[in-house]
Amino acid sequence: MSNPTPNNPTSTRRDFLRYTVAGGLSLAFAVSKTGLVARSLQPNHLFDEAGGNADWSPNVFVTLAADGTLTIIAHRSEMGTGIRTALPMVVADEMDADWDRVVIQQGDADARYGSQNTDGSRSIRNHLNAVRDAGATARHMLIAAAAKLWSLPASECRAEFHTIVHDASKRQIGFGEIAASAATMPVPSNDQLQLKTPQQWRYVGKGKPLYDLQDIIDGSAKFGLDIKLPGMKVAVIERCPVLGGVAKSWNESVVLAVVGVEKLVHLPAAKEPYSFQALGGIAIIARDTWSALQGRKALEVEWDPGKHRNFDSEIQRADLIQSAQHKGTVVRENGDVDTEFAKGGKRISATYDLPHLAHVPMETPCATARVTADSAEVWMPTQTPQSAQRSIAMALRLRPENVTVHVTLLGGGFGRKSKPDYGVEAALLAREVGAPVQVMWTRADDIQHDYFHADSALHFEATLNDDGMPSAWLQRSAFTPIGYTFNPKSKTGSGGEMGQGFSDIPFDIPNLRVENGPADPHLRIGWLRSVCNIFHAFGVSCFADELAHAAGQDPLDYLLALIGEPRHVDLDAMGVQYSNYGGSIVEHPIDTGRLRAVLMRAADNAGLRQGPPSTKELRRGVGIAVHRSFLGYVANVVEVAVTDTGQLQIPRVHIAVDCGLAVHPDRVVAQMEGAAVFGISLAKFGRITAKNGRVEQSNFHDFPVARSIDAPQQIDVDIIPSTEPPTGVGEVGVPPLAPALLNAIFDATGKRIRSLPINQHDLSRDPLAD
Amino acid sequence: MLRIRVNGELREFADLDPSMPLLWLLRDHLELTGTRYSCGEGLCGTCTIHVDGQLIRSCTTPASYADGKSVTTIEGLSGKTADALRKAWHKFQVPQCGFCQAGQLMSAEHLLRTSDKILSSEEMDSAMAGNICRCGTYTRIRDAIATAAVELDS
Ligand code: FES
Ligand code: FES
Repeated sequence: MSNPTPNNPTSTRRDFLRYTVAGGLSLAFAVSKTGLVARSLQPNHLFDEAGGNADWSPNVFVTLAADGTLTIIAHRSEMGTGIRTALPMVVADEMDADWDRVVIQQGDADARYGSQNTDGSRSIRNHLNAVRDAGATARHMLIAAAAKLWSLPASECRAEFHTIVHDASKRQIGFGEIAASAATMPVPSNDQLQLKTPQQWRYVGKGKPLYDLQDIIDGSAKFGLDIKLPGMKVAVIERCPVLGGVAKSWNESVVLAVVGVEKLVHLPAAKEPYSFQALGGIAIIARDTWSALQGRKALEVEWDPGKHRNFDSEIQRADLIQSAQHKGTVVRENGDVDTEFAKGGKRISATYDLPHLAHVPMETPCATARVTADSAEVWMPTQTPQSAQRSIAMALRLRPENVTVHVTLLGGGFGRKSKPDYGVEAALLAREVGAPVQVMWTRADDIQHDYFHADSALHFEATLNDDGMPSAWLQRSAFTPIGYTFNPKSKTGSGGEMGQGFSDIPFDIPNLRVENGPADPHLRIGWLRSVCNIFHAFGVSCFADELAHAAGQDPLDYLLALIGEPRHVDLDAMGVQYSNYGGSIVEHPIDTGRLRAVLMRAADNAGLRQGPPSTKELRRGVGIAVHRSFLGYVANVVEVAVTDTGQLQIPRVHIAVDCGLAVHPDRVVAQMEGAAVFGISLAKFGRITAKNGRVEQSNFHDFPVARSIDAPQQIDVDIIPSTEPPTGVGEVGVPPLAPALLNAIFDATGKRIRSLPINQHDLSRDPLAD
Repeated sequence: MLRIRVNGELREFADLDPSMPLLWLLRDHLELTGTRYSCGEGLCGTCTIHVDGQLIRSCTTPASYADGKSVTTIEGLSGKTADALRKAWHKFQVPQCGFCQAGQLMSAEHLLRTSDKILSSEEMDSAMAGNICRCGTYTRIRDAIATAAVELDS
């Protein structure tokens, strides 16, 4: 058996090794950045059952059993995007398999799969071609085997719905029947491989029902806390309310007296950089969850809160605003903004600020671990199984290959579950206790010890020409950088963070400067769905609207004029460091034509381009925003109605999205709907504050998220038909919602809210104003 | 000794803390994990069950409350209302991550079973306002409930 180079990024070799077992074809492949790399080939557990002669190996992605059952490994995490359905569906389509005979298995952490990081809106865009090749390879080998059996040229045979057919002689044979023979066929080379044409697709571009739906609605779906191991203990952990604080003393005997509590474990406090370490604290180990929670109630800890003890988020807000209003590091300059400003003219400026946010997936972080002297096995809802594996191995001083990470379904992720600290906690405790341990985070734990979305301030200045368009535009953002979590010295935004909707601003303005100001983080900062695009898109899209009003122009026409003619924005030529979300800038240019198209589509759907809405009543308004992120383009038109008492209603949201090829359109629609609600949550309510280093919120009463009554009455999603390569989808819908909503509120009420969230402001009708 | 009928089956609990919330009784002691924890304070509806047909947040309801009563969880939710709802959930492909969905269905089933008229979407929204879905499936939940309601009506 060959032993291919793992993760060789330069390898373009795609050679499938063959492995014959009684009754089936087992194909292995793993996905690397550049395509498929051959991997080890051991039959998986289906053959254990069918043939009884083989070991389980997760390194097999596709297995075809003699009875025709096609097992496809999902190596990406399911957190609600539908990826566990969508990628296997692509494999099945390229094989022309019968979806009803597909069994999906979740892959464990394994570097040989290539990246499993289910974040950055990457699953489809980075893996589509690879899994298409994989399916096509299997199809070729099945066809070759049938052709050989019939002594016919392979070119006369084809795959159709789980069978290989020869049309002229009307011969056919099922996938399962020919599987064993297919395994002995030569692996087709790259240039022999014929992919289906879009016209031949059965599933791609159409979609299949969610694989997990039935389990979800009958209660049998397994999320993190649903793992139950024999002899398992439950742990809850009291962590220092101030980041990095150390436990000095605690009332151990009192807690041990609580019925069901078996042990207390002191986990040492994490030190900078916090990275994915367990935070530390006092863990209560109990026979069941309720006992652990009761023990926690009885626990009193005296903390040495450490250096973040004085952190006050209100002071940080003021500091960020200061930072954004003063000269920072220039990350992009076109023309000469200062000279243009010096010429005078109508000068407009605005400063915006947005608070820290918590992710609050409905499922709080949790993990279950079983540890021996030289190995560990962990079950967890994680977006990043391999970083969990590495972090756990490091904490336990084991080799990563001796740490098995099983991925459960995720009850939401939004970036929180890309950080595997909770898996590390479970593993450390299981070792300490000598029994399997399940760590559960309460909602308060989740909200107070999150990897928070950065708080930020944004400052804009522009001078307007006689035609009302800006001749010079300055924008500056200051935000607590994610880098701090990994390097305590980090104070400024990285190129990647600035490239999320700021240094890549697509407006056609002759004199334009983008700057970043420093910030001083005191919480773990982490990526949250759409990351820095949240505040960058907010600032840019609100300021564009402010300028339109200052110029006395229609916001839609004005925005289109700002975007300018269809073109590719060439940041390289401007000397801007830009990572383009890891995507190729040739395949995925910053295309203002596509940006314009989604904007016009959403506007048309909303009826904006038939002139101003004729039914415009007082306190009804409409707002627009458009944004490119994760290579995709989304425009929002948000309609609002604001009651006299200041209640905000959202009758309709019109969304147009260009995500390139929509592999599973219904899930694209679902992601846009979900993103709209996510955007409403953060715009209306999202606010984490801290005093004396302690996060002040603890549950949904003081960190509310949108409920049914906050959701739009209607969300219309229009997918622009496209054959371009797929872009990200999961995050793309979030950035434009908040600014479109705030622009709509301005339209309805004349109130320009520049500081989120909305619930910090009074929208009730001012009796004197009417 | 607590005697609770769970999904039709009589269960007896001899030495169980009667103040233990039903949520943990179901999850840890009966391994009925379809009822899920999210907030623990009655704020999100994820843990919703029925006790004698009434909507209950199991995270804040002590086991003693159900003594001598009948508990229904998502695993045991059945009947024509539940069937109509599950069918509509399929039709509209409602779930995203799925974590809140058991609670949503328990609330929706109670809503349709106990209302004697066709509900407006505002009425549906306020009846469902106790169930948070962080993934934002609200518009589909609304469509699914409305569709099930029509089917049950005809
Ligand atoms: S977990 Fe019971 S209402 Fe939230
Ligand atoms: S489907 Fe994910 S929380 Fe509702």
